[in-house]
Amino acid sequence: MTRTEIRNFLITIVLFALAALIPLSDSGFWLSMGITIATYMVLSTSWALFSGPTHYISLATGAFYGIGMFTVGVGIEVVPYWGLVIIAAVIGAVLAALIGLATLRLSGVYFVIFTLGLAELVRQIVTWVQTTMGSSSGLYVLTNITEPIIFWELLVLGIIVYFIGWWINRSRLGFALRIIGNDEVVAVHSGINTAAAKIILFVISGTVATIVGALLAPRLSYIESSIAFSPMLSFIVVITALLGGAQRLWGPIVGVIPFMLVWDFLTATFPNQTTLMLGICFLLVVYAIPHGFAGLIEKNSHRLRGRG
Amino acid sequence: MEILLGGILLGGTYALIAMGLQLQYGVARIMNLANGEVLVAGSFSALWLFTGAQINPILAIVLLAPGAYILNYFIYQIFLRPLVKRAKSEGQLEVDSILSTFGISFVFIGLLHAIFGGEYFNYEYLEIPFEIFGQAYGVNRIAAFLGAAILAALLYIWLTHTRSGLKLRAVSVNPSSARLVGINVERTSAMAFALGGAVTAAGGSLISMFDTFDASIGVVFTMKALIIVILGGVKEIKGTIVAAFILGFAETAVATLIDPGLTLAAAFLLFVLVLLFRPQGLFGRQSS
Repeated sequence: MTRTEIRNFLITIVLFALAALIPLSDSGFWLSMGITIATYMVLSTSWALFSGPTHYISLATGAFYGIGMFTVGVGIEVVPYWGLVIIAAVIGAVLAALIGLATLRLSGVYFVIFTLGLAELVRQIVTWVQTTMGSSSGLYVLTNITEPIIFWELLVLGIIVYFIGWWINRSRLGFALRIIGNDEVVAVHSGINTAAAKIILFVISGTVATIVGALLAPRLSYIESSIAFSPMLSFIVVITALLGGAQRLWGPIVGVIPFMLVWDFLTATFPNQTTLMLGICFLLVVYAIPHGFAGLIEKNSHRLRGRG
Repeated sequence: MEILLGGILLGGTYALIAMGLQLQYGVARIMNLANGEVLVAGSFSALWLFTGAQINPILAIVLLAPGAYILNYFIYQIFLRPLVKRAKSEGQLEVDSILSTFGISFVFIGLLHAIFGGEYFNYEYLEIPFEIFGQAYGVNRIAAFLGAAILAALLYIWLTHTRSGLKLRAVSVNPSSARLVGINVERTSAMAFALGGAVTAAGGSLISMFDTFDASIGVVFTMKALIIVILGGVKEIKGTIVAAFILGFAETAVATLIDPGLTLAAAFLLFVLVLLFRPQGLFGRQSS
């Protein structure tokens, strides 16, 4: 490890340790805000692992998340909770691999379209299965897992995602992905199996999203398909990741924290205009901050160093 | 028989809206994910004209389509032209236009929601049963089908038999060569985008005659139109029309035989089959 890497590593550890103290000091607004931020931090960072280097916009996060939740909801009476989290992860990984095999060998547009409808598709199928099986539309998840525990679980998952991201950046796989992102034709000609590299990353990202869904299921305690497969979730993940900057591992978290704080305020003040505001956020990110906060920060720090 | 006729009636309207999207994606090269919202805006305008001024939805198209043309022209000039200019590669333009049109689509949904509220809407127009082969169909559905078929046929003839249609097709095949033979690619792209929007809004007015809709249903139509365009082959107009009927049949079959709640699953199944076995589309030519 180089000196800067050690420095960044220590900073990350300290930040996570500080974050872990939140549930001890407060159990109201800030804890629930902390869970929301931690959720989106994990989702956006894992989203950026795949979409950052490849430029493929995935809208499948909501579908994976919902599947994770539903797996817990369906099996909670039969299988112990931790077993369910593992089962959810496996289902997410298999599904991601299948989607990847079908769509990632082709141009990015097909992938976007496919993932755009995916959450709705899974929701339709779940609803259909529920009505034909004659079961009720909601599922109860009653456990003794409290909010602080969920928060810590998410932090641990976040550390794991960071570690995976750091490791990928150093590995041959990360190098291959950067080449694919810059020019796929070049990547193919230098002998990179582009489809395999993209599928591996998509599986990682999908698995993490499924686990997040499974971890959050006990928080809701009552799961319904319209809540679990919320279409907003995928879009907020995309926005926060791009706002922070999907090209850097630390980018999404720089986007998530301010966005969720502002978003919470805005949705509380104008509860009927969330979609309109989401649209404006999208336009702002595309036209005003195309490289995200991370891009702005790096540009300015280069300028400062250039003067000094 | 019931499935066949139902599929034809549905496929006709799908063909029209898919042609709208195709003009935008095939010619102007903008993957417009706000397409469905333009359609829903058309539906709401038709509802508003019908309930407010007693204008019937087919005549309303005469007012709606030019309005949608102007609106989409400005959307292209204000939001999408800058992206076309700044894009270094086609991939970059794709990513930017997808994100930007997502933004536009959410703004549309938000505005429609603010004006009309979140409920489902429909209105009664020509709800007279009409029997074909012992099965009753609403006259409104048949009228919508005929309206869509006439518009689609006009559009098709215009594209294939006029000079301006030829320009559009030339830009679709190869923008840089089109420039060499003296075609103003920027102006043609803007026109294709605006025309696509007008066609889509007209489709929205026709659909509103027999279907219920709400402010957020647009994405479903975007999905269907995209799947049709890909199924037919992105630059093939004939392919799009055939694909629209295939999707119409598939959806009607699934809705009557299994469950009306699974129509999107039927569309997805078709989509996956195409991706796996014929990614260039049914009528598309193999590229490179």
